[in-house]
Amino acid sequence: MAVIRDPMPAFELFQPTSVADAQALLDRYGAGAWVLAGGLDSFDWLKDRIKRPAALVDLGGVAELKGIRERDGGLEIGAMTTLTEVVHHPIVRERYSILLEAAESAASPQIRNQGTIGGNVSQDTRCWYYRAGWPCYRAGGNICYADTPESINREHAILQADRCVAVSPSDTAPALIALDAQMVIRTSDGDERVVPAQDYFVGPAIDITRMTVLQPGDLLTTIRIPATWAGARFYFEKVRDRQVWDFALVSVASAMVVKGEDNGAIIERIRLVVNGVAARPLRLEAVEALVQGRPRNESTAVIASNRAIEGAQPLRFNAYKLPLMKNLVKRAIRGVEGGTWTS
Amino acid sequence: MDFLTWGRNPWDQAILTHVSWDLFWASLFAGVVFLIAHASYMVLSAHRKRHASETDAMEAARPDLPERIVRHSMVARMFHWVMAVAMFVLLVTAFFPIVGIKFAWVTWHWAAGLVLSASILFHIIHASFWLNFWSIWVGPSDIPELKAEVMREFGHEVPGPRPGKYPLGNRLYHLAIVLAGLSVVATGLFMMVRVRTPFFTRNPYLFSDGAWGLTYVLHGMAGVSLVGLVIAHVYFALRPEKWWITKSMILGWITRRQYLEHHDPERWEISRPR
Repeated sequence: MAVIRDPMPAFELFQPTSVADAQALLDRYGAGAWVLAGGLDSFDWLKDRIKRPAALVDLGGVAELKGIRERDGGLEIGAMTTLTEVVHHPIVRERYSILLEAAESAASPQIRNQGTIGGNVSQDTRCWYYRAGWPCYRAGGNICYADTPESINREHAILQADRCVAVSPSDTAPALIALDAQMVIRTSDGDERVVPAQDYFVGPAIDITRMTVLQPGDLLTTIRIPATWAGARFYFEKVRDRQVWDFALVSVASAMVVKGEDNGAIIERIRLVVNGVAARPLRLEAVEALVQGRPRNESTAVIASNRAIEGAQPLRFNAYKLPLMKNLVKRAIRGVEGGTWTS
Repeated sequence: MDFLTWGRNPWDQAILTHVSWDLFWASLFAGVVFLIAHASYMVLSAHRKRHASETDAMEAARPDLPERIVRHSMVARMFHWVMAVAMFVLLVTAFFPIVGIKFAWVTWHWAAGLVLSASILFHIIHASFWLNFWSIWVGPSDIPELKAEVMREFGHEVPGPRPGKYPLGNRLYHLAIVLAGLSVVATGLFMMVRVRTPFFTRNPYLFSDGAWGLTYVLHGMAGVSLVGLVIAHVYFALRPEKWWITKSMILGWITRRQYLEHHDPERWEISRPR
């Protein structure tokens, strides 16, 4: 790990009070600008002196980026809304409990008080080789230090690795994808672009140096959650080494609408997303198609879990993620009470 | 403008990582500038072909020649077009992501690289045993032709060697493309060992960090050179006065008159039909 050096490198600090002002600053500094939301990802980079932006644009004073509002029967969450606010919002609790669970699983209460939902979905990967500042693919170099014969890669990707094997650390991302959320981005030329949450995250095959579609000058302003899955049957589970203040080894989020009750229930429609297994949260569309119209029982859950891990390529130390992901998918479909854990 | 990018490895040694992608823009710019400069020059350029009367006389003297002269066999043309497609795929997959058009390019890139490598290997064997191997190369013996071409370019009527099968420009281009192409292919094949393919077990430690850096830099240098070279090649292929050569790469033949007009029959002999 990098040596922590408390004094940060010098930068210009800006604290705009409107999106327009923030955008103007991002436009002025281009790739030299760094967007500061809650700071929980940013300050690691800055104190480690790995990232040395020319200007820091602190969004903390932009009121229009904060708060949760009802919109078209769904919700609109400002990117600077803290995770604690998300957790405590009555409509989130009532209709979108999967987001509540996901947000509540992030880090610790102090961090959730400070961390924002925009920051949570836009944060960089936690691969320590990358964050140590070594010239890996993601940092613009030509090697993945986490994918060598002696790498310590217990937390890394088993799916869709393309040169880089880092994983997305976001807890809220799989829940937002399961809810068909839309990410509203203000682009550098002032336009508004709405991107489905599923497409907001990019893998290394497409862009090895970014985790999201945000380009220099872009700003995630709000996250819209449609009414589509309001009140559906949700499942969220995050498996981590310790129960607080830790990133997911694997997490799963599902939203499901079923017809009928108990053992006779048929899965009418479903969204199923896993994270911690690839550089971006993965919506398991093939599995969704497979289980739609099937009874919600152990047999369907087994079929789904087998399909979910097809194509997985574990690294030296993370083969445990295969049974872990299988079982989480099984539980997401069948529920904890009905799903037997298998290795 | 930086030419190279550097990083520090875990042992805190400075290592090369890539060429600077500014060089891509430089190569693109150079290719376009050359294109504009050459096109402007050609507006004023003296006519370089034989006089029509001279060609008429030669044609009258050589009634034995077939009406169509085979310039490129089917196999040679197939190689050329397969290589051209592979080269375009390689350039698109290499540089579109750099200019901001993002897509999953790696698999397409190495697959096209394998096609290019195989076609080059085939070409080397085919040219060595079935074609006149030396007809495409340049050497000191071509200096008289170069002098004559330069003088003709300035409007002088000079005797002297005309090209054999390939004009001097073609041969110089071939030399440049051989150097850039072989560099890019050789380094690219080694670089495949670093990514996941069905062919190799990944081995990031095949070379030292320093040697890998040089491999990536050489690959990048050759790659950006190919941008300029391909622009020049496409430009010449589309120029009206070169269209007869391009057409021969499609149809395989040139006319007897084109043969006599542009080539030296002494240096590119056509066997008489029996």
